[in-house]
Order: sequence, then structure tokens, then C-alpha cells
Amino acid sequence: MEWETVIGLEIHAQLNTVSKIFSGASTAYGAEPNTQACLVDLGYPGQLPVLNGEAVAKAVKFGLATGSKVARRSVFARKNYFYPDLPKGYQISQFELPIVQEGKIEVVLEDGSTMLVGLTRAHLEEDAGKSLHEDFKGKTGVDLNRAGTPLLEIVSEPDMRNAKQAVAYMKTIHTLVRYLDISDGNMQEGSFRCDANVSVRRKGSETFGTRSEIKNLNSFRFVERAINFEVERQIDILESGGKVVQETRLYDSVKDETRSMRSKEEANDYRYFPDPDLLPVVLEEGYIEDIAATLPELPAQKRARFIGDFGLSAYDAGVLTASRELGDYYEHVVERLGGEAKLASNWVTGELAGALNRAGLDISQSAVGPQALADMLGRVVDNTISGKIAKDVFEAMWSGEGTADEIIDARGLKQITDTSAIESVIDQVMAASPGQLADYRSGKDKLFGYFVGQVMKATQGKANPAQVNELLRQKLAG
Amino acid sequence: MSLTKQEVESVARLARLEITEGEIGRVVEKLSSIIDFVDQLQTANTDDVMPMAHPLDMGQRLRTDEIFEADQRNRYQVNAPEVEAGLYLVPKVIE
Repeated sequence: MEWETVIGLEIHAQLNTVSKIFSGASTAYGAEPNTQACLVDLGYPGQLPVLNGEAVAKAVKFGLATGSKVARRSVFARKNYFYPDLPKGYQISQFELPIVQEGKIEVVLEDGSTMLVGLTRAHLEEDAGKSLHEDFKGKTGVDLNRAGTPLLEIVSEPDMRNAKQAVAYMKTIHTLVRYLDISDGNMQEGSFRCDANVSVRRKGSETFGTRSEIKNLNSFRFVERAINFEVERQIDILESGGKVVQETRLYDSVKDETRSMRSKEEANDYRYFPDPDLLPVVLEEGYIEDIAATLPELPAQKRARFIGDFGLSAYDAGVLTASRELGDYYEHVVERLGGEAKLASNWVTGELAGALNRAGLDISQSAVGPQALADMLGRVVDNTISGKIAKDVFEAMWSGEGTADEIIDARGLKQITDTSAIESVIDQVMAASPGQLADYRSGKDKLFGYFVGQVMKATQGKANPAQVNELLRQKLAG
Repeated sequence: MSLTKQEVESVARLARLEITEGEIGRVVEKLSSIIDFVDQLQTANTDDVMPMAHPLDMGQRLRTDEIFEADQRNRYQVNAPEVEAGLYLVPKVIE
């Protein structure tokens, strides 16, 4: 039996406002428990919510960037359920009239192909607090610092057909919210997380199978694994003649499996109604136009420009536009270098990315800035050093030994481009390897590499490789 | 009677209201009469009427994104039945 997987994601992005969506308490992460929970966040009687304009502006930005409909009138509603981390007994959310409706986004897949994923809606809501289940005298501890942090819940159409597509979509949204500077996207701190709706159906079937919802996935890897586990589980049930139950499940990353969250089943009747404490949000055309004017170049636009202007591959352009900062860094290098876009791309995605990775830094913290890197690459372009030596120079720059020119001087790394000097080294090498020379001349072509190696060794890697190749070929031919 | 006993019991459970067996009959009757009263609205033609989200015909005022609430945890926690390490303690809830 052939099965088709159907996946939709609900992504929760915390908006990076300084204060909460309905109160003046701070949203900073990591504070002492309950020191950023004011009376509104605590759900005290008589406290009224006052909407944070910045949260609205950020939601509008997202809507405009995804070509969605930005609702001129949207309404906040109460989602009613009881849980200790939600002291009011309801979450203020949006239900029938969300602020962002019906958009789509282009997603680049691993193989470089693209797909369009529909966005059903994106709505504003408040985050809940945190329950800590460690043992406090057999009780649960509640920290309400997070309560009231603004969230944008981004709901996709069920357009994805496998876990890899779902991850690619989630990464696309992650990149976009950071470009727009509407969320810091920090997944460790829970600023960016998602619920996955997963179902399977017979290939060719028009109707959807029964879905389960996997809650609170906070890494790309977990999204992929949880979906793959869930798909297998559902197929096993269906193939053995059973029925999938519609339910909420939790992913256990340690056991790499999903399990049922029975406790929340009964609560799935939220009795939404418009919140009488908040008026409808009415947006004027001028307001939306002003926000449209502040939109930065979007990842897809930057990617297309890098391919068009710099002749980069779709893959390299994708890597270089993964964040706004990385794209800016790369452009600075190319600008200072006056071209050599491909060389710059190789270095930024290669040596530089590797060094950042090893040091656990991101591009804004790089020990080698774009100008310094460009100046070093300039020495490769003008043949002062070879690409191989350049790696040593880069490492020295990374550990703070100075500029490229200083390091090249101090270490005597200047490339040997003098033909007669290289020829004399070749003569010595040939004289020292009579056996290999005879073998080469009798047809063992592979030994060419041996001679290149010997010449490089004798010059401590400083001989110009192109010249070495050419001169060796002539000399070895005899 | 527009509501059944089961519907009333289910709504009561969602709202965490305890209704005893002795009370339930009267509650079903009263709630039903309220629902029936409101049901009269169904007879009105609303084809060209925008659904009303709020009785005031105004838009929501937006606040500037500023922090103006200072930490007053100690004052607030005086009202809590139990606290520890800055946390509010509640009966154990397990997923």
C-alpha cells in the first residue's frame, strides 16, 4: 500500500517587543521568576488589557512580507481553558478575524527546487506562563514572567508532504521573521516553536486522513524526527486495520517517539467569544503603507539578486542569505574586493563558516571582519599568496596575529612566482627522484602528483601552483 | 426545552462549576429559557449587517511599546496561598 503524508504547521513566533502585548511588564528572557509579571499578567480582577502597538506593527510586517491580506479590521477573542500557567482562565487570541489572512511563501528545498506553501492565517495572541513540575513539596511551581509575551501564530495550509518539506518551510519562516526583525527566533529560549498536524492517506485519495497534533517542537531536528515517527506510527495502525485517533501528542526527544497527551483531550472545547475588554483593531491605509515602506529586502529577493548579480549557485545564494547579517557581510567582502564574487562566496561559506562554527559564534561576532577578509583575498587574487597558504593566513588573522599583509611579511609567505627559481627547485626534485622519474616517463601518469607534492614541500607551499604544474609538465616530458 | 441535561453537565464541567443532582433540573430549565429568549434573534434578517464584535463603535487604541511596570513580586505574592523560590505553588498538574 502506498501512503501519502499530509503536514500542516502552526508556528509560534514570540515578537521581540520590549513590553508585553497587553501590559507594561518587561519581556526580557531569563529574569527571576515572577519579577516580570504584573497584575494584568497575573489575571487580577478588574485589570484591563491595553494593546501594544508594536506587536500589531510586527504582525502587519509579516503579513505584507508574505503577500497576505492584512485585515483592516481584526478582533481579539477569548480562548477559554483552565491551566495554572493561565491565571485568567482564558488566553486572549484571535479567532474569526485574525490580523493576517491568506498568503503564501516560497520554500527552497534541499535539492534546490522550490515549492509554494499556503498560509491560512497569522494571528496575535498572548503567551502563557511556565509550569515547573520539579518537586515543590509535591506541588507545581508557576512562573508567569512569560505570560503576556506577544506571539504571532502562523498557520500553514496542509501543503507539505514529508518531514523535510516541513523543516524547509519552518526554516524559511524562521529566516523571514529575523529579516523582518519581528522575532529573535531563539529556539533554545522558546521564542520560535511549532505544533505539527500530521495525517496519512492512501496515495491518490482526495480526503484527508485523521490527524494528530504534535505539540511544542522547539528544534528543526525534533520537527523532522517527530513527524517521521508519527507517520510510521499512523501507517502501522492503518495497515494493521486500526483507526488513527484524533488527539494531541507530545514528542519525547530522549526516546525519539510521540505519546498521547490524554489530559488535554477534554479541554478541546474553547468556547471562543470576542473579548469585551478590547475593541476591534482598525488599521488605516496610511498606517499600512508606512509599514510597507520600512520592509527590508526579503530573503527570496536577496537570493535572486545574488544569483543574478554575482552568478552564484542557488545553493550558495541560499546559504549566504540565511541571515541578513551574513548576506551583508558577504556583500561587504565583494564590494571591497571589487568582484571575485565566487571566490568570496567560497571563503564565506567555507573557511569563515567553519571557524565561526568551531568557535560557536555567529557572523556578527566574527574575529575576522569583512574588510580584513577582503584584503586577504585580494592577496590571493594578485598572486601574492596561493589559495592554500591563504588558509594559514586566515587562521593567523582569526587568532589575532594582525592583518593579512602583516602576517604574510612576518612569516615570509609571499608566493614564489619567479620562473627560474621554480625551475631550479624542479631540477633538484627530479635529480633526487630518479626512480619515480623513470616510472613517470614510462607511462605512470599518476606520479605527476608526487612531483607536485615534492616541489611544494621544498618551497614550503609557497610556489605558485599553476606555474609549478606548467613547468613540471614541460620538464618531466624531457 | 432547548438544552439537554448532558449539555448542561458538559458546560458546567468546562467552567469548573459543581451542580448537584438536586439542582440540575432547575439549571437546565433556567439556562434553556435564556437560550430560547436569545434564540428570537435568529428570526431577524442580518444579511447586510456586519457582525458586531463590541458595542462601542470605535477602534482599539494602541499603546507605545514601553516598560512601565516595576517588579512588585513581594507585594503580589502576599496574596498567594503558597510560594517558593519566587514561584506560585499550585496543586500538582502532570501532563
